[in-house]
Amino acid sequence: MKRYLVIRSLQSLLALLAISVIAFAMSHLTGSPVDAMLPDDAGPEEAARLTKLWGLDLPLYEQYFVFLGNALQGNFGDSIKWQGQTAFGLVLERLPATIQLGGFAIIVSTIIALPVGVLAAVYKDTPFDSAGKLVALLGQAMPNFWLGIVLIWIFAVHLHWLPTSGRGGFSHMILPAIAMGWFQVAAFMRLTRSAMLEVLDSEYIKLARIKGVPERRVIWVHALKNAAIAPLTYFGVIAGSIFTGSVVIETVFAWPGTGLLAIDAIRGRDFPVIQAVVVTFAGVFIVANLIVDTLYAYLDPRIRYQ
Amino acid sequence: MRSPSERPALEVRDLETRIDTKLGLIKAVDGVSFSVEHGETLGIVGESGSGKSIAALSILRLVPKPSAYIARGQVLLDGEDLLEKSENEMRKVRGKRISMILQDPQTSLNPVFSIGFQVVEAIGMHADAPRKTLVQRAVEALRRVRVADPERRVDDFPHQMSGGMKQRVVGAIALGSFPSVLIADEPTTALDVTIQAQYLRLLKDIQQETGLSIIFITHDFGVVARMCDKVAVMYAGRVVEYGPVRAIFNSPAHPYTKALLNSVPAVEEDVDRLYSIKGQPPAFWDMPKGCRFEPRCDVAMERCKTEYPAKLAKAATASGGHYADCWALEEPEWIPSRS
Repeated sequence: MKRYLVIRSLQSLLALLAISVIAFAMSHLTGSPVDAMLPDDAGPEEAARLTKLWGLDLPLYEQYFVFLGNALQGNFGDSIKWQGQTAFGLVLERLPATIQLGGFAIIVSTIIALPVGVLAAVYKDTPFDSAGKLVALLGQAMPNFWLGIVLIWIFAVHLHWLPTSGRGGFSHMILPAIAMGWFQVAAFMRLTRSAMLEVLDSEYIKLARIKGVPERRVIWVHALKNAAIAPLTYFGVIAGSIFTGSVVIETVFAWPGTGLLAIDAIRGRDFPVIQAVVVTFAGVFIVANLIVDTLYAYLDPRIRYQ
Repeated sequence: MRSPSERPALEVRDLETRIDTKLGLIKAVDGVSFSVEHGETLGIVGESGSGKSIAALSILRLVPKPSAYIARGQVLLDGEDLLEKSENEMRKVRGKRISMILQDPQTSLNPVFSIGFQVVEAIGMHADAPRKTLVQRAVEALRRVRVADPERRVDDFPHQMSGGMKQRVVGAIALGSFPSVLIADEPTTALDVTIQAQYLRLLKDIQQETGLSIIFITHDFGVVARMCDKVAVMYAGRVVEYGPVRAIFNSPAHPYTKALLNSVPAVEEDVDRLYSIKGQPPAFWDMPKGCRFEPRCDVAMERCKTEYPAKLAKAATASGGHYADCWALEEPEWIPSRS
């Protein structure tokens, strides 16, 4: 168990390092950042001065190590677009809003999808299963930006039940959470259903019934613990993407999270902020997957004893 | 009325189990009867798809839902009809009074729970005792099936054990609550030959110690000869021959049984080509009207095509209770042949 976790953690660090190289290279691939920072009428002397000031005349690897050293201290430089604020400070400032919305969406969708997926497998080919299929089909077929707009149109514009956009009380979270979570519910539910179907057909489930184990326990203990691996893997993927903020949803609902920040930073060619965002997102992804890996080991002894 | 002591441990009467398949409703078990006395072993023999496993699951009322269901018959456990019990009452029968060992030990233990958890759970389902006592009983159950060092093995997980060892654990789960009937569905098919012999001996030993009745499902006549007192031969959902193991081996009455016995390769004989029965078993959705073995039978008559050999025609051919579904038994010139 310990060995497994140590190996996984080292792998995560390696991944983070690779991400830092990509984030660094990215800003150099699109041309010199100096061009973006200077006014149009600036002369070559001005450009040379700024290049020297920012250390852009140094060899690339040296620039990378400077970048890495600073990044490790949480220093990605100052924002270009938002004057007077540090890039990392901006990301940290926006992160709580994203985690709030994402966390809400993911908790609600898990609470809905897991039991529905399990029951859809148990009651396969019944009206309950068909209804679940329909919900899943809708969730997977509707693009979330479109769903967001439709939800605003119905519940905010026409019915005036909920606010159209922005961050505020609980009521502000409902529409974006639905727009964000429906797809997850769909995918989660289908994965849980198919994993459960496979497990319920297995010999050890038959043996549990032969032992006299009540059906409820057979389903929720014996079967679910085995079936949980597939949805858990997917959970790692969506947890990462949800906690880094859905760029689309945050834009549609003007939700002031990191997703919206990323879009604004890209539009303004604000490289320090983009780099800070990319590295933070990568960090969140990696931590989410590390947690999932730990949960794997908890669920499956075959992983624990590797 | 027979006294309780004379009553069979388990008696199945006229059992019919249907399965709703894409190709229509089939009778996977079609009017099957057999019984097993206390301390006795009944072998159910037949090829795959003959309905023997479904018959076994029907006894525990665990046929795959919702496609399969028991349409009629009686399953009498010490005189009580299990088919009339509620699901809750059935749960107290499963694992407590009737247990079952499945074919493949590699898949019949839950990979995510420890051995101890699985044995303790089986015992705890039917005993109200503190956990500590249950763990002790689980260790004892593992010791009874000759698992070495059971105190330590309880913390192991299935993937840390060999196939033979896992099948012993399955045995401990099945026998943990001292059932009176054990159904063993090809328990040694997936094991190595040497492990197989050990396991069969173990079952025999436990039977002698506890007076357990065993229903042994197999397609291996060698195993039948070693283990069983009585045999039921199944073909296409029906028991076509039924009787004491000696009678079946020495004077098989049904052409199918004869053919099966001929298919067993003899060690001392040197043959170029193994005997095989011509043709295929009939499809369940396209059953012959008469005898189900008729299309493959060497001694089939006109009558066999149109009429199933009725129960009346089950003539006793040898000493006590040896029956077969075959019209040939009614023919005066028919002489039981030795195979």
